Order: sequence, then C-alpha cells, then structure tokens
Amino acid sequence: MLKERKSFSFLFELFRTFFKIGSFTFGGGFAMIPLIEKEVIDKKGWVKKDEIIDIFAASQTIPGAIAINASTFIGYKLAGRIGAIFATAGIVLPSVIIITLIASLFTNVEINPLIDAVFKGIQPVIVALIVTAAVRMWKRTINDTVGLLIAVATVLLLTVFHVNAPLLIFSGALVGIVIRRLFPDKAKKVLGKERDQ
Amino acid sequence: MIYLKLFWEFALIGLFSFGGGYAMIPMLQKTVSEYGWLTAEQLSRIIVIAEMTPGPIAVNAATFVGYNTGGFLGGIVATLGVALPSMLIIFLVSRLFIKYKSHPDKIMAFYGIRPVITGMVIAASFVIAKTALFTEKTVAVFSGLFKEPVHAVSIGAVVIMVLALIVQLRYKINPILTLLLGGAAGFIVYYVF
Repeated sequence: MLKERKSFSFLFELFRTFFKIGSFTFGGGFAMIPLIEKEVIDKKGWVKKDEIIDIFAASQTIPGAIAINASTFIGYKLAGRIGAIFATAGIVLPSVIIITLIASLFTNVEINPLIDAVFKGIQPVIVALIVTAAVRMWKRTINDTVGLLIAVATVLLLTVFHVNAPLLIFSGALVGIVIRRLFPDKAKKVLGKERDQ
Repeated sequence: MIYLKLFWEFALIGLFSFGGGYAMIPMLQKTVSEYGWLTAEQLSRIIVIAEMTPGPIAVNAATFVGYNTGGFLGGIVATLGVALPSMLIIFLVSRLFIKYKSHPDKIMAFYGIRPVITGMVIAASFVIAKTALFTEKTVAVFSGLFKEPVHAVSIGAVVIMVLALIVQLRYKINPILTLLLGGAAGFIVYYVF
C-alpha cells in the first residue's frame, strides 16, 4: 500500500490537493478544516472523518503553524516522509508565490480599496466556514456529559481567561486518563465504543 | 551570512510558538526589531497583508520578512526555517502515535482531547467574528455606556455570513466556491456602491 503510494503520480496528486487547499485557506489553520473535509475526505477518501479531529488535536499540541502541522501529518500518514514533504510543499507554495509577488511588485504596500472590499466579503465567509467546522465537530465529538463539560470549559478558558492552547490539550488528555483510573466503568464504556468503530 | 541567520531565526520561531500563526507574532516582533530587519510599522502592515492573503499566516509572514531582508532566496530560506521544526517533530511523534495506537490510555487521552479541539474551534470563530462582523465606526449612542468603544454590527457582513452558513450547512457547497462568492459580494457591496 505504502509502496504504491510513493509513486510519483500519487505524490503529485498529494501536492496538487494541498496546493489547492493552500490557495484558499484564509484566516488561519481552523478555517482550513472545511476545505480538508471536502478535498481530502469527500473527494479523495484519504482520511476518515473521525481521524481529522485527532490530526488537528495533534497539530495543536506540537509547535508551529497548524496548517503546516496538519498537512505534514496527513502526508506522512499517506506516504511516509516523502508524502509529508510533498503535502507541506503544496500548502506552503501558494503563500510563497503570492507574497513574493506582492513584496516585489509593491515597494510600499498600500491596501488597495478594491482588494479591501473583496476581503471584507471574504471575511464573513471565513467566520461561516469556522462555524461550520465547529457544528460538525460538535456532532462528532460531544457524545456525553463529560464531553459537553470539557468543550464549554475550553471555550470559557480560552475566551475569558486566555489560557494557552497546548495546556488545554494536555488537561483534556489528563481528564481522559484520570477517568480510566478513577471511573473504570465509564472508561470501559468509552473504550468499548471506540473499538466498535 | 544573512540566509543562515534568517533560516535559524525562523526555525526558532517555528520551534517555540505553540498554538498556530497568531501565537508567533510576539516572537516575530522581537526578532525583527532585534536585527533591525523591519520597523514596527512595516511589520504590522505585513501582518495585515498576511491575514488578507491565502495560506498559513506564519508562512506569509516568514516569506515577507525573508524577501524584505534577503530577496527571493531570503523568502524561501525563512519559509523553510519556519516549516522544518514541525516536520522533524512530526516524524518523531508519528512513530509513537502508531506504536501506541490502541493503548487504552491513548484512547482515553483522545477521548478527553477531542471536546477541547471543538471548544477551540468555537473560540476561534468568536475571535474572527469580532473583526469580521463589526465595523470600525463606534456607535455614538452607546459609547457613553461602556468603557471600551462599542463597534456597530456591519449588516452586510452579517448577511453574507448567514448566507454562507446556510449554503455550507444545508447544501454543502464547495467551501472554495463559497469564498469566491463572498469575495464577489464584497466587491459589489463595498466597492461598487
């Protein structure tokens, strides 16, 4: 499986898909989720719907840009190191091309009113894309009271108390591991459910 | 040598910034002022452009700063620097991931992590909504009541957001097409009129 995926045509397809995603990712890593769902899950079937949440969880935990981390993870999962390089090159290259053009053409970059108007229309769509990602993730990840409490606590801790992201992720992991030790019955239920999937 | 310096400094930024592109901005600020690569005003303009252009903000900023200080090659080298730590860490972490794939502790850890990620996406939508859905004009009537300036809701932006949301959730239209339509709507609403 892995060997056939290291063929040049597969790697090129990987590069092309992430190039497309990189060309339309406005507003940071999370705005990328609906695009990844469409291109990588629906169209290509490379990653399963539930896996994408774990990939974003891991991408938030390690340092660096979320978009780069997620692309590297998916590329690595599909075709090893060379796959990671092609996927990351794809996500990065549109930026490099566009920014190099802007930086070289305009010595003193002013915000053009036309571009500003177009961006003002794109921005609310970015909000909609992130809300869409949130609604879909909510349906998939909040299955019980524990999940509900963790999600609500996360929103509050982030928006009101500005707790940093990796700390919240480690706390979430700790909650899961503590449940296994203190509430074995609950853990059995969770583990049984995961195994069925 | 400028290329080596750019590569090294951006690799450090990539290695020590947790929580994505926005978390990199303070480190970026410190680095560019330390080396005199950019003035504070230049940098803030670059960040605005990095947000307005597609692609990861970290990559956009790295390419921009790199290009400004070392030309075309400078841009490439800074971008490689910012991406490399992520790749190396993932190569190491992925192995562990696969090795402990079905360990009960790993499964329980992710059971606890997934709702955190959902919460983070919700929080991210609040943050972006704050700049996307409000105009910079303060509402005079209310401004006396609050300590902070109150921004007026931009009706146009709210309408575009609601339409995009319906199109996304109900009709599952391609997000790229939705972004293009949003750009066209912005052109009509904010430029033509």
